[in-house]
Amino acid sequence: MNERKREFRAGLADGIPIGLGYLAVSFTFGIMAGDAGLTAPQAVVLSLTNLTSAGQFAGLGVIQAGASFAEMALTQLVINLRYCLMSCSLSQKLSASMPFFHRFFMAYGVTDEIFGVSVCREGALSPWYSYGLMGAAVPGWTLGTLLGGISGSLLPQRILNALNVALYGMFLAVILPPARKNKVLMGIILVSMAASLLFAKLPVLGEISSGFKIIILTILIAGGAAFLFPVKEETKDA
Amino acid sequence: MHSVYGYIFVMAAVTYLIRMIPLVLLKKEITNVWIKSFLFYVPYVTLAVMTFPAILSATGSFVSGAAALVVAVILAYRGKSLFQVAVAVCAAVFVLELFLVR
Repeated sequence: MNERKREFRAGLADGIPIGLGYLAVSFTFGIMAGDAGLTAPQAVVLSLTNLTSAGQFAGLGVIQAGASFAEMALTQLVINLRYCLMSCSLSQKLSASMPFFHRFFMAYGVTDEIFGVSVCREGALSPWYSYGLMGAAVPGWTLGTLLGGISGSLLPQRILNALNVALYGMFLAVILPPARKNKVLMGIILVSMAASLLFAKLPVLGEISSGFKIIILTILIAGGAAFLFPVKEETKDA
Repeated sequence: MHSVYGYIFVMAAVTYLIRMIPLVLLKKEITNVWIKSFLFYVPYVTLAVMTFPAILSATGSFVSGAAALVVAVILAYRGKSLFQVAVAVCAAVFVLELFLVR
């Protein structure tokens, strides 16, 4: 019991920057949903049930175009396929003794940010830590959508700009500390960033959607690194 | 033209299934060294790709985005907590943009 509480609290604390970052991003989403013809309640339900940024922004375009459900499903599949990789990775962090039903709830919270923070936690991952992260992140995402939906200009752009970088700062705080002690990880991070820059700047590659770019680069770079630098037995902080 | 809630349902269902199926199917520990290593490296590549160069265009100006990157790298490298790094980069951007963006 105590253990659960402690994990949940730790998750909540680590989830605060995620929630703040989400507030800013979903605020923009709320505004755009309104522009696309969705009511504020519809936008909020969309955010609460999907909990994903790129997929939701793309979904607005599909709704606006009045496209078929199949087209919508395919769009979401391509953009969100990276979550499949993340869930595979996350599954290896779960203890065999954890009750199975937790997996169904934890799945809801597999976002770039929640995954990134959970998977880099040392040792086996407690579901309660994940619930703590969600407890801070989901309200941020939903509330931001609501605020954006009901008022296009509640927060000045200056504040939104500042909040926008919270997520990126957090990502770096997740990946850099382990890389300090591990040259391979540092190399992988630098190669990934360089490749990402190339994909953003080169003419043809620049056309690729961000979700697809993440999948391609992850498979190529993590796959190549796994081939060249296989991880030796039991890295506990994997 | 379908109802908006119909679209929302399709989106939510597809997105949830993508997340849920691997978590539920992969019950055992993977023993294959390549797959294990691959999955170990996945978050580092994914987060690095998402952060750069996107952070440079996330704010009102390139300079404040670059400053956010530098502040985050220094603090993260020194092992500051997620929250400390996040607050510091937000503050850096906010203060810089008081001067840079009108």
